[in-house]
Amino acid sequence: MVNMSDATRRARLRTLIEKVAGKPAPADDDESLFESELLDSFALPDLVGAIEEEFGVKIPDSDLNPRKFDSVARMDEYIASRLV
Amino acid sequence: MTAYLLGFGSHVPPRVVTNAELAARVDRTPEWIEGASGIRERRWADPETSVADLGVAAAEDCLARTGMSASALGMVMVASGSASRGFPGPAAEVAARLGLSTVPAIDLPMASAGSLFGLALAMHLTETHGDILVIGAEKMSSVIEGAPPEATPPKASSLDPNTAILFGDGAGAALVSSRPPSERAVRRWRMLDAAIHTDGQFRQELRWSPGAPLAMNGLSVILQASRKIPAAISEVLARQGIAAGDVAVFLLHQANLNLIARVAKSLGVPPEKMFTNVERYGNTSSASMLIAAAEWAAAHPEGAPGPVVFAAFGAGYHWGAVVATEAAD
Repeated sequence: MVNMSDATRRARLRTLIEKVAGKPAPADDDESLFESELLDSFALPDLVGAIEEEFGVKIPDSDLNPRKFDSVARMDEYIASRLV
Repeated sequence: MTAYLLGFGSHVPPRVVTNAELAARVDRTPEWIEGASGIRERRWADPETSVADLGVAAAEDCLARTGMSASALGMVMVASGSASRGFPGPAAEVAARLGLSTVPAIDLPMASAGSLFGLALAMHLTETHGDILVIGAEKMSSVIEGAPPEATPPKASSLDPNTAILFGDGAGAALVSSRPPSERAVRRWRMLDAAIHTDGQFRQELRWSPGAPLAMNGLSVILQASRKIPAAISEVLARQGIAAGDVAVFLLHQANLNLIARVAKSLGVPPEKMFTNVERYGNTSSASMLIAAAEWAAAHPEGAPGPVVFAAFGAGYHWGAVVATEAAD
């Protein structure tokens, strides 16, 4: 169960993903966005840039590991850690 | 420190491998291959051709274009990530076949970024070692086959579509000198600055050993390259007080058309400033940047109307950029 601010953050993230991918985000937040081919190698850098802009965070190169961005849930977890 | 780029050379094998030929082996259509990579065809060397063979051909082309004799060289560097054995690397053979028996011949066993690192090192070493021939030579067809180079012709078995469509064979060369270029020099570019970097935490994301399949996490490669290449270019341009928009041409490692376009967008320059030949040769790893430089230079004998930028990114990860400009008369 996520609290309201978590839910808001996740909703904003889903909107970003859908904007970059041009398709609806999966209903399951744990579904791999790469295996489902929602994101490819050239959409991922766009999404990372969009996340930085939307949430006002700078993601260091050392954190640019695709596994951190493999699903809505993983991305949300990472963004939450950057916003602390 | 004073260093000049006096000219370039290149060599690609004659055999053209089209997307139509490759399509059946990767279980994709020619259209899918071009859409995914921007590549229409690439060159593959025959089984008997070695990395050193390709390197010697590019070296001889560079020496011929610059009117230089190999005997005048003070150092040779050979960058290659696809050499067939651990040691000695191809540099010793290339130097010997150029008739050199005492000058240092140094291997840079690096994929994709090797010739950029070679240029950056030569820029600093030429004052003490004399004229330096920097060569990038790759037989990537062996890498995608997962076969020992020079041992096995391309097999009829299927290939990994994520990697096999990307790579080609070839070699490029550049002559770096601390001597002021003469009037008859082919190129008269003064090397202004270089930035080279390595982050080994991603060393597993792109790797290959002779006889083993290529392992590439394309998501990681593109994600990192799309940031690090523009960052390195911006680093050298900022130090030199040059705006990206004032650069005449960007001669980048020819990895992928989409990546090159992304770098242009990040720098805020029109894509036309990015010279590309990846459409015709595929990604020739550490050879690609110097093949591109040789082709651009041959097509522009009048020189560059502004600074020229080289940049590359490769396994390691290693990456960097070099900026040069026409030498003043």
